[in-house]
Amino acid sequence: MSLNSDEVRRIAQLARLAVDDREAEGFAAGLSDIFDFVEALNAAEIGGVEPMAHPLDAEQRLRPDAVTEPDQRELFQALAPAADGGLYLVPRVIE
Amino acid sequence: MKLDTLAGWARRLRARDISSRELTELYLGRIDRLDSQLNSFISVTPDLALAAADAADERLARGEEAPLLGLPVAQKDIFCTLGVRTSCGSKMLDNFIAPYTATVVERMNAAGAVTLGKTNMDEFAMGSSNETSHYGPVRNPWDPERVPGGSSGGSAAAVAARLAPAATGTDTGGSIRQPAAFCGITGIKPTYGRVSRYGMIAFASSLDQAGPMAASAEDCALMLNAMAGFDTRDSTSVERPAEDFTAGLGTDLKGLRIGLPREFFGEGLDPGVRAATEAALAVLRERGAELIEISLPNSGLSVPAYYVVAPAECSSNLARYDGVRFGHRCDEPRDLMDLYTRSRAEGFGAEVKRRIMIGTYVLSAGYYDAYYLKAQKVRRLIADDFRRAFGQVDVIAGPTSPEIPFRLGEKSADPVQMYLSDIYTIAVNLAGLPGLSMPAGTVGNLPVGVQLIGNYFDEARLLGVAHQFQQETDWHARMPAAFV
Repeated sequence: MSLNSDEVRRIAQLARLAVDDREAEGFAAGLSDIFDFVEALNAAEIGGVEPMAHPLDAEQRLRPDAVTEPDQRELFQALAPAADGGLYLVPRVIE
Repeated sequence: MKLDTLAGWARRLRARDISSRELTELYLGRIDRLDSQLNSFISVTPDLALAAADAADERLARGEEAPLLGLPVAQKDIFCTLGVRTSCGSKMLDNFIAPYTATVVERMNAAGAVTLGKTNMDEFAMGSSNETSHYGPVRNPWDPERVPGGSSGGSAAAVAARLAPAATGTDTGGSIRQPAAFCGITGIKPTYGRVSRYGMIAFASSLDQAGPMAASAEDCALMLNAMAGFDTRDSTSVERPAEDFTAGLGTDLKGLRIGLPREFFGEGLDPGVRAATEAALAVLRERGAELIEISLPNSGLSVPAYYVVAPAECSSNLARYDGVRFGHRCDEPRDLMDLYTRSRAEGFGAEVKRRIMIGTYVLSAGYYDAYYLKAQKVRRLIADDFRRAFGQVDVIAGPTSPEIPFRLGEKSADPVQMYLSDIYTIAVNLAGLPGLSMPAGTVGNLPVGVQLIGNYFDEARLLGVAHQFQQETDWHARMPAAFV
């Protein structure tokens, strides 16, 4: 399968990655090679096979609905690029 | 002072031949003197190490017993360490001071370990050569022109050069075993769920598993005893009673059935690696093991299946890096979309972006069944191959890697060639089985690793087989000349 730069730009947009035209061309070549390689899966006989999501086929464990985490807002927000008054700051969203 | 193994140092600490402070200073001195040749550490934390060593010396003086009491170790920089930068080899987290500690580190600290620092790695553990690190490549201590393997390349190089007696690694597709093989050390990826993933920065959550890397199988068993155990904070942690992984070390190999998958000895295997592997298998046979040819018919599909499943999980896990809550943020974003896309473009390297894009594509509308669902079905076929094989044999063995350590830059331009470096290790992660690599010979001056694969939760047996091999051979005790 061959991807062109436009398709790469569309995927990059879905993935929230900025790519310029030169990068898009580079990724198009690399990703096309990888998807060609992955085509080998088409040879597998998978009729009636259950998909495997977890190696031990374990089920999600439940725990009591109790508070286990203390409030650590200040510690966590100290890591934020921009925070003020307990809020994370981003560019204006609503004009 | 003559360098010793983790187990050897533990005995000498208890006998008061050396204090934890002296031992810690010895390794900090080696890092200071020698790591400029390797770049195996991203952060060295001497003050914290010496404080931990002093605390350990006090505990030793009180006659306290703890499995790793006073022993210096290195942590892969994928494990969160409270108050210490945890970069995961990425510019995205270059400024990230972890606000909590990973369970693995917490357990090792409680067992008395002294952390020397955080080791270099491929960015977000995505790579097989340690060349994708934001902090520059790590060099192989056996030949500085060659890669140490990846993604736990810093841990492998540091242990091989004896800049630390042991280190942690993580393994999503071979990231403990392949660098262990390339650097001539022992490493084990336990059964999925054995070791908690809490605080271990996520790459592909259904495959990621942490494990020990050290000179010998005995040292790995000691480390794994401290690392493994049920953790309510990891939803896929396996609830099983604690196990002593040193229990199988004394078991001889008489009657052990070792399966040799013919697919692991076919085309693409370096002749020197093949010869070394066969010589190692002959040693196991001489000690009483029976070698049985087996087949894992779907193993050829493991790398393609992995490069759908792992990127899919990666694209989802790495969506959290948004430039808002922590990590890298671009300058002067125009709007929210610009903030997301530019922060991520600047923070991630090319290989990470490539995998995020593969994952985004295979999970996008209209492609899910053709890629992701199909890969998950192939994953079942691969696991079923192993299930059948373990009806016939106790352990599976073969080369860890098809090749000797390659040169820096040799595969950088060709992602698929790089991915094929993990052709014998990836199936083990897809199935969730334990796998070990042990030093088993050389090609020229370069180490060769043999992989042992066990049934679910059979780590003690794998460590026992490797220990028996290491009683008969000295590959694991050899050190690269430049670091003696």
